Amino acid sequence: MLNTVLSARNGQASGTPEAAVQVEGIGKRYPGGVEALKDVTLDFPAGELTTLLGPSGCGKTTLLKIIAGLLDPSKGQIRVKGKQVHGPGPDRAFVFQDFALMPWATVLRNVAFGLELRGVAKAEREATARKYITEVGLTGFEQSYPHELSGGMRQRVGVARALAVDADILLMDEPFASIDEQTRRKLQEDLLQLLQIEKKTVIFVTHSIEEAVYVSDQIVLLSRRPGTVSRIIRPNLDHSTDLEAARRDKAYLDCVDEIWQTLKQYLV
Amino acid sequence: MADRTAASRRGLSEEVAGAGGHQIVERVPSDRQWLWRLISFAVVFGGWEIAGRIPVSPSFPTFSATIVALGEMLLDGTLAGAYAETVQPLILGMLLCSVMAVLFGVGMGLSRTVEWFSLPIFIILQAAPMAALIPLITFLYGIGLTAKVVAVMLMSAPIIVLNSYKGIRNTSPSLLDMSRSFMATRRQQIVKIILPSASGLIFAGLRLGVAAGVTGVVLAELLITPTGVGDLITYYRSVAEYPHMFASILSIIIFSSVAVTLLQRAETALFRPET
Repeated sequence: MLNTVLSARNGQASGTPEAAVQVEGIGKRYPGGVEALKDVTLDFPAGELTTLLGPSGCGKTTLLKIIAGLLDPSKGQIRVKGKQVHGPGPDRAFVFQDFALMPWATVLRNVAFGLELRGVAKAEREATARKYITEVGLTGFEQSYPHELSGGMRQRVGVARALAVDADILLMDEPFASIDEQTRRKLQEDLLQLLQIEKKTVIFVTHSIEEAVYVSDQIVLLSRRPGTVSRIIRPNLDHSTDLEAARRDKAYLDCVDEIWQTLKQYLV
Repeated sequence: MADRTAASRRGLSEEVAGAGGHQIVERVPSDRQWLWRLISFAVVFGGWEIAGRIPVSPSFPTFSATIVALGEMLLDGTLAGAYAETVQPLILGMLLCSVMAVLFGVGMGLSRTVEWFSLPIFIILQAAPMAALIPLITFLYGIGLTAKVVAVMLMSAPIIVLNSYKGIRNTSPSLLDMSRSFMATRRQQIVKIILPSASGLIFAGLRLGVAAGVTGVVLAELLITPTGVGDLITYYRSVAEYPHMFASILSIIIFSSVAVTLLQRAETALFRPET
């Protein structure tokens, strides 16, 4: 049932056209000597949602920030659509765990902020922002300030902001981690629905096995620090018919269990 | 339709505020807030009145006598004349100082070089007892307006500089990451993220700076040349008219509080759309 790819190396000839992001031999050593990542090589297939999952402190967020260009790797390189990148680019948009919204700006300005930085005219960027505010279900809150919104709504703003710049690749750093369980489930479902409209390549960091299995096309299990690729798993859940049903699917439960068996060995 | 959206919106945000907001202090209904404030003043002034009636010292007047003296001084123009003199060095000093000190603090926050060069100076200045430096000011700048302006600036600059510096340094790292990930230039990052984020602490610094500036000008008037309110205090003490002396002191406290409050109002009205 589960299509498990044991080696990350297989089928990784660089330049594979369907890989939106390629991570090649990435290593990261922080000043002070902590080695966060060691020789990570991975492909992120275009149009798919790939989760980075692993024990806390395994370098998942570090890897995501390196892909985003917010951190420099100590070794290796990142390719986006075949081209090596240094630093952030218009092809990637980031969604932050703590939302990273400007408290002094309205929802509208926050969502339009990426376009504002690019010098898009006010009327045009606000029209775009309104479209995505509607898409994430926040119509009517354009003029609200972040402190007037709940955590879940704030992250909807974060997602809308990332969508508004029209990047092909969405980098999500534990986007739902600081949101309560019930809202999180709703956000996961809404994210999947949104991704059916917006064809994006998503790289999603989480520490929740259930979340990873539920939302992912592909799950990358990272080992404990220094993080290396431990396994790659494809849950193969069918989300197209019923978003709710997937959580009762036997494939879902089996996959959660299998990942748990693997991750357990990394826990002290 | 529009009504319904507005209503549901209000409902939601109230729910949000109720559920998500960490409530550190208990809520007091707004009519009771005034009551508690009045009680607070009544306790202080009542205590003052009692202390004056015992009396704790022959030179300590009652609250009522002080208020009567304050009324007299207001009516005969003594206070107005004194403040006309006092506010000159204060306003001049604050204008010069607030612009330069904010720029300096922001510069220190943004550049390591400026920080290493000047942070120690301002930390020492803030820790130093400024009153002890006043004779030095007289030595350098004489006894005129310049000396008083310098006294105001010396008192208020360190607080404004250090607050602005802290404001810049306290910018949320994730907001900085956010602006970088959306490819902000350094200039955009400073103007659109760092400065708005620091503005709260910068304005807090300005408010504290105004209070310190008032201290500076009064010190200068007491220690350099007796003019303005400082002259009133010195004069009434020398002729042992203690209610008038205390009324002068009380007037400075009121003046300073009003100035600080007005500054806060202006900040809220101009720069805090979210509140």
